[in-house]
Formats: sequence, C-alpha cells, structure tokens
Amino acid sequence: MLNELDRRIINELQRGFPVSETPYADVAGRLGTTEAALLARLQQMLDDGILTRFGPLYHAEKMGGGLTLAAMAIPAADFESVAESVNGFPEVAHNYARDHRLNMWFVLATESPERIGEVIAEIEQRTGYPVYNMPKQEEFFVGLHFGV
Amino acid sequence: MNTAEAITTEYTLDDTDRAIILATQSGLPLTPRPYHQLADQLNLRVEEVLARFRRMAEAGVIRRIGAVPNHYKLGYRGNGMSVWNVPDARIRHWGQKIGALDEVSHCYHRPRHLPEWPYNLFAMVHGHDRAAVEEQVNRIAELLGDDDLGHEVLFSTRILKKTGLRITG
Repeated sequence: MLNELDRRIINELQRGFPVSETPYADVAGRLGTTEAALLARLQQMLDDGILTRFGPLYHAEKMGGGLTLAAMAIPAADFESVAESVNGFPEVAHNYARDHRLNMWFVLATESPERIGEVIAEIEQRTGYPVYNMPKQEEFFVGLHFGV
Repeated sequence: MNTAEAITTEYTLDDTDRAIILATQSGLPLTPRPYHQLADQLNLRVEEVLARFRRMAEAGVIRRIGAVPNHYKLGYRGNGMSVWNVPDARIRHWGQKIGALDEVSHCYHRPRHLPEWPYNLFAMVHGHDRAAVEEQVNRIAELLGDDDLGHEVLFSTRILKKTGLRITG
C-alpha cells in the first residue's frame, strides 16, 4: 500500500516542514526525490486517507480558544442518538467510542475558554446525560512519531 | 517534552493571522510555492505570510507544519488510551518519564472525577495490535511500581467524528 518513498515522506514530514519560498522542493531535496514526485505522492496519500491532513497544526489554547477532553457514559440503546447529538456541535472536533463504562470520548475546541462550559451544559441538556470534563492540567509530550 | 508550555505567554491573533488560519485549516496548498498562493489568495505580500508563519510557529500557535497520518491505515491497529492513578506529588516525574517512551504519543495530567474516575495521568499508547499495546502498558506499570495505584486501557472501537480543530470566520 505504501511505497518506500511514501514511508520516507511520512517520517520526514512528522518532523516538520519549512517556511520558505519553495518548501516542497526543499523537502524533496532532503528526501532525494523531485518536487513533482513529492507533491504527487502527498496528494495521493491524502486521497487514499493515509494522511488525514497536511498543513499547519494549530494550537487552540494559544489562539485564545478553549480545548478539552470530555467523556460520557451512554447506555447502548441510546448510544447512536447521543453520538448524533454530540457530533452535531461544531465545537466537537473528534469523537471516539471506547470500550469502557465511559464509552464516548470527545475533544471540544471552542473560540473562547468560557465557551467550553457552555457547550458542556448544552450537551448535558440536549442528551440528558452528564459530561465529565477532563481538561489537561499539564502536557508532558505531544508528538506522533510513527516509524513506518 | 513540552513542560514549558504552561509558562509561555499567549499570542494575540490579529485579523491577518486569522485569515491565514482560516485559509489553511484544511491544509497547506499542494503547489510548488504554497505561501505565494496563500499571499495571492489573501492579498498579502509573500514576505508578510512567511513572517507570520514563523512568528506563529515561534509563539506555539502553530505546533508544527506537518502530515497527520491515519494510524489505522499505517498498520497501527492497536491504539489504547492508558489511564493511570498516580500520586499527585509524583505526577510530573511520571508524566515526563512515560511521555518520553517511543510508543506514547500524548501524555497529559487531567483531573480525577471521584469516585467514578480515579485516574489523573493519560498516555496514548500505539502498537500494531492490542497485544502490543497491552505489553507496553505492562511495562509502564512495572516502571511505576508502587506508584501505580490503578490503571486501565481504553481501546477505541469506532471513530464517531474526526475533523481538524476549526475556527469559524
């Protein structure tokens, strides 16, 4: 599925990307390939869903917004309808089903820190289930270094 | 390791920064001169766009410019959220140790919700399958020794929603 060049591209781009006039050419040079080949492979990997995104990764809190992880315990019979309600909030960025009594885990990203509490209250009101708010208190490491 | 984060100052975005963020939140243009394309699109000089990217990266508003792989498609089918109850006084020590492990991508101190949720340290553990994740979790437990007051691993069973972090115009 991934060729040798794809693997090297993914590993290289997890380390970052230059802010320069011709950044793809710069990275292609480091990888020993051409700018055209790099652009073509990136497009293909995005089309195939191997990459979910390529570009700047913004830090919500540093932009003055709010960010949190929240969890809910939803009985199986209500799970799909609650998932639909929760996903309907534009502030819900990711939502995962997990095998635990707390079986729904989502990330809220809001324009202002105050909005986090409002969205949580709205979700509780709309679904009738409590939301456990688990904002990070300290971050020790964030990096995705998949060796592929 | 990113423990300095809590003490860095917040960067105030202006309208031009916001325009750049809006134009790139779905990704950077896949063209030979992507920053020039953004400059044309936003009616800015390319020097301005480059300078703002550098400034936002320095301030930490941009974590990095990079590729986000879909780990399932890369063969990392085991992705477990391990959660740990460790003594509060030791949380920074253990957070740094666990966060530095290769198989751990994110490590955070988060609040307990007693009595239902006694865990205060979260570490995302990745492996080719669940067994590999569980093996790694056992190694973390050994590392923690008596400071492991309890732990669990929550595996994701389904992605219900996945979009980037978005701001609206």
